[in-house]
Parts: sequence; structure tokens; C-alpha cells
Amino acid sequence: MPEKSNAIDVVDAVKRYGDFTALQQISLSIFDNEFFTLLGPSGCGKTTLLRMIAGFEDVTEGAIFLFGEEIENLPPNKRPVNTVFQNYALFPHMTITENVAFGLEMRGKSKSEARTRAGEMLELVQLSQFAARKPSQLSGGQQQRVALARALAPQPKVLLLDEPLSALDLKLRQAMRFELKELQRETGITFIFVTHDQEEALTMSDRIAVMSAGEMQQLGEAKEIYERPHNMFVADFIGETNLLEVSVDQITNGRAVCHLGGGHELTCNEVQGVGVGSKVHMSVRPERLFLSDEPTETESLKGTVRDNIFVGTDIQTIVDLSDGPQMIVRTSNSDRGNKRIFDPGAQAYVNMESEAARLLVD
Amino acid sequence: MAAGAASGGSAQSDTYAEARTWLLLPAWAVLGIFILAPVLMMLVYSFLTKEFRGGVIWEFSFAAYDQFFCNRGLFGDEPCAIEWTFINIFWRSIWQAGAATLLSLVIGFPTAYFIATRPEKVRPIWVFLITIPYWVNLLIRTVSMKFMLRDQGPLNDFLISTGLIDSPIHIVNTNFAVQLGLFYSYLPFMVLPIYASVERYNFSLSEAAADLYASKWVTLRRVLLPAVKPGVIAGCILVFVPSLGSFLAPDLLGGAKNFMIGSLIEEQFKGNAGNWPFGAAASMILLTMVLIILLIFARQQAKAEKGAG
Repeated sequence: MPEKSNAIDVVDAVKRYGDFTALQQISLSIFDNEFFTLLGPSGCGKTTLLRMIAGFEDVTEGAIFLFGEEIENLPPNKRPVNTVFQNYALFPHMTITENVAFGLEMRGKSKSEARTRAGEMLELVQLSQFAARKPSQLSGGQQQRVALARALAPQPKVLLLDEPLSALDLKLRQAMRFELKELQRETGITFIFVTHDQEEALTMSDRIAVMSAGEMQQLGEAKEIYERPHNMFVADFIGETNLLEVSVDQITNGRAVCHLGGGHELTCNEVQGVGVGSKVHMSVRPERLFLSDEPTETESLKGTVRDNIFVGTDIQTIVDLSDGPQMIVRTSNSDRGNKRIFDPGAQAYVNMESEAARLLVD
Repeated sequence: MAAGAASGGSAQSDTYAEARTWLLLPAWAVLGIFILAPVLMMLVYSFLTKEFRGGVIWEFSFAAYDQFFCNRGLFGDEPCAIEWTFINIFWRSIWQAGAATLLSLVIGFPTAYFIATRPEKVRPIWVFLITIPYWVNLLIRTVSMKFMLRDQGPLNDFLISTGLIDSPIHIVNTNFAVQLGLFYSYLPFMVLPIYASVERYNFSLSEAAADLYASKWVTLRRVLLPAVKPGVIAGCILVFVPSLGSFLAPDLLGGAKNFMIGSLIEEQFKGNAGNWPFGAAASMILLTMVLIILLIFARQQAKAEKGAG
């Protein structure tokens, strides 16, 4: 149930367009002063949820609370939240200052007061020298920062960001990640960030809600979502992983012994709902694997190196387990002193850090 | 292609330039024959002497302009005093055309907005519906309008039958009837350009305005209208200019009292009673006036743009 200290409480929110259900019964709470991310592929309902919080889409069923106050029936101009739009949506006929001052004026600030505050906001995003220009005279990255300044100027209780970085090039995108994160810390405003880019989500967020097909798949801190994905979708969508089909042979003390095929065996953490004999998927991140000549104490899987792929910071080694599936092992380039790179065709053992392998429900 | 042109040097670009000249020739010819030549003919005619049975005598004269602006008494031998008759007709025409334009804007803008916000598939149907009445001849439409509006017409019958009024409202032969007629004649010219610019309008701007606490009214005034202004201006010009020179609606709906420039000019060329140079002069004055109005408009537009930028 809604709490006053939560920035946003979404309670059993459903969104339907005719027969199509865009969101099915989502409930989540977003804390005050949090950088919260809605992550998922396009069409998963993340933008719909954001637009429902902003007031651009009505809620078919359920309720939305802002600091304990029910808001789902308020029009967008009565909700103390502001949005940074994907295409920025800057007013083309107004100058940068007029754009940033717009929300302040609408909230009843005098023209001069609004302009002074707009000037401060432009200083914050380092665009003071462009104050008198029109949006079309600015680059994409600059427009992005104007949109940010405009949305932050009226000091909203929550800032909504709809894929704000997707139109920028890679370098700028990476720089903006840190700027956004810093801005969130400085202002203390709750940010709700929508993205389909898992790297963006992992680097910026305090907590992430992973969504797919109108449902929430997992909610948790970035690290938790990466290291302990609940299901196949989350494991596959976030980062790179080895997804292998396994059958569970026996379960003892919360540890499951799994059969990989080709006589390979592994021990995984037990997961609720997975019993002996069930066929499930297992996920293990490539960077938590390493290769060796001889079997180590932990469980080692024998295989043949097929290829090495250089990917900048790492080397990806593809290993065919004998009579079994294929696995990818990542070796950091900085580790090369300690870890040997095996040539294609060489025999090697794939070893695993403890607790690296996780069973997943489908 | 671009690379080829660069390496090919100027010989090739000369060929292109030459081809362009030839290809543009038909367009220039059409413009010359159908626009420039008639206007020049009018200009020349306005400075000729009138022939009593219509037509002109090829003799240079200011008589037509003199007749328009000067009152020289019953026998035409007094010094020039300002002749108000024709200036008043012009003034009334501007007023009528302006009112009709405003009416078209007030009705046309919401209509255009409505069409542009329908699903993409059904928009052409709405545009089609708007244009259907215009497949019927303007004369027929204006006459039917008169029939609709007259004292014993369907409109008054309906209003009396609902009990809203006791006796018919006299609409025909008033200024309002002319404005209605002009509005009805040129409404699509208002709707279509506005529709075109609203369709291109980025609706997330309206969302952004609402997000920044603007009411619907403020959003319309400060975000939507400035963005679609070119369409609105185009629509206003397209309705105002033909309204100004129109003669069907004022003749049929306005009666003799509500004479407009169009009728004045038309009369000069009708039958044998006309005065061609005078009609030509009135046309030239009308043309000059329209150009001046458009120029002032363009000038202000540019100033506003500069001031904002």
C-alpha cells in the first residue's frame, strides 16, 4: 500500500488498448531520492508505465500515488512531475531561456523571476552562452541538456526520463550517463529513467525494474539483477551469459547437482520450484569462468578450444565441451599475465568460481 | 553522380545548366502567358480611353483613375474633390472579406485540428468530405445558400418550428449573408493549409507544455498556434484575397446595398454598358492594395521572427 515516504507507488496498474494489454497488473514502489530505471526491450510497456505516471496515458485499472497522494486522475499539468522526452520536444519558436522558463512561468513565477531561475539552470547544465539561441541552432547533446534543464527548473518531485540518451552518439551517451547520475545526486530529485540499454541501466541506477511483455520480470539493485537473475529473460537480457539446458540430478543442503549432457556435472544454487528430475536452464556469466590445463579442485569441464575473439578489454574464448554444449569464457586482458590463452584446438578445462552458476525458472 | 560531376569538370555542369534552362521554359511560358500578360493588359487598358459600347480607344488617358478618386461635379468641370463612392465600396469589401476570413478561421481551425488528430487512415476521408461541396458549381451553391437563408427558407422554418423565434430573421440582403456566402465559398482554402501544418505538428510539444503545467488554452496559444502559424497565414490569405474580389456572393446574397469591388469590376465588362478602362483601373487598384496588405504582413512577420530570434 502507498506510503508517504515513497516517491511513487504503482498499485495493480493495468493498461489496455482495446483487446491489447500493454501492462498487466504492475505494482512497484519507487523510493524518494532514488535513481530508478525501467528496463526492457521495445514494446515491453516501460514507456507506457512512464507515460501513465506523467499523465499522458490514463490508467485502465489500478492506482498511482505520488508521495502518498493519488494522482492517476489528475491531468498532466496538475502533476508535480516533469518529463524529459525522447525527442526532447523543445519549443522550436522559443529561445533556450524561454524554453527553460516556460514551466516556471506556468507555475505562476513572474517573468523576471522565471528568467533568473532559467539562467541558473542553464549554468547548471553549462549552456549559459546559448541562452538566446533557438533549439534548432544547438547540437543534439546540447538540446538534450536544455530538455533536462527545462524539466528540472520547476523543481518537480519526480523527474521522468524517456530514453533521453537514445538519440546521442556513443561517446556523448557515455558522458551523459555520469552527468545524469551526478545531477540526480546534486538535486536530490527522484529520477525514473526508461531505457532499453542494459549497460545504461546498470551503470546509472540504484534500482532496476526489468520488464518484458507488459510484465515486471525482476526488481532489484543493479548488482543483484546482474548476479542473481530470477528467470531466463532477465539472465539473457542483462549482460552476456552462457545459457545451458540442464537436468537436476539431486538436491542436498540447498545445492543442486545438475547434469549438462556429455557426462558433465555442475553444482548450482537451489531455486524454488525446481525439483529433482526437472529440466531447466542454467546461467553462468563468461567472466566468472576460467580455463586451465589440468582440472582444478572445483568442478572442471573438459573441452576443446574452438576460437579466441578479441573484444578490446577482454578475450572471449569459445570452448566446445566434449560431447556437450558450447561455452564462452571471458578473460580480461589485464589478467593475461596470470591466465593463459589457449590456442584453437587445444584441450582445456573450464572452471567456475563458486556460486557462479545459477538455475533459472523459465 | 556527385563524384562524376566533380571529376567531369565544368563542361558537364554547363550542360546541366543549359538543360535546366530549356526544361524550365514551359513553366516560364505558362507564367508569362497566363499571369504576366493579362496583368500587363489590364495595366495598359486602365490608361486608355473608353469606348461607349464597351471596348477601348487607343488613346492615353488618366480618366479611369480620375473617375475613381475624383468627384468633379455633375458636369465634370469642377476641381477634384475626393470621390467617396468607390473608396467606400473598397472599404466595405475589405471589411466583408476580413469578416469572412475570421469566420473561416474560427470554424476552419478546429475542423483542421479535428481532421489532423484522427487516425492516419481516416484522415483522407475527412479531407474528401470537406471538399465534396466544392464539386458543385459556385453559382449553384450560392443560390442554394440564398434559398436556405431566405425568410421562408428551411433555416427560418426550422427556427420557428423549434420555437426559438416567432418571426423569420432577415438574413438575405445583409452584410452577414455576404460574409456567410464568402465563408462557405472559401472554407476549404482555410482548412486545407491549416490541416497540412497541424498534421506535421509534433504533438509531443503539446505534451511537453502540459507536462510543464500549461493549461489546454495556454498550450494552444503559446505552443500549437506559433508552430502552425504558416498554415494559418496561408489559409487567411487564400480566403481573404478571393473574397475581396468575389462578386457572386455579394450579388446574390447581399443585394444592391452590399455591393463589393468584384461586382463593380464585373459590371464594367458586362454587356455593352461597361467602361473597360475604369474596370481595369479598379482591378489595378485592387491588385495594388492586396500586394500592399501582403507586403505589410510579410514585413511584420519577418520583424516578429527577428525579434524572437
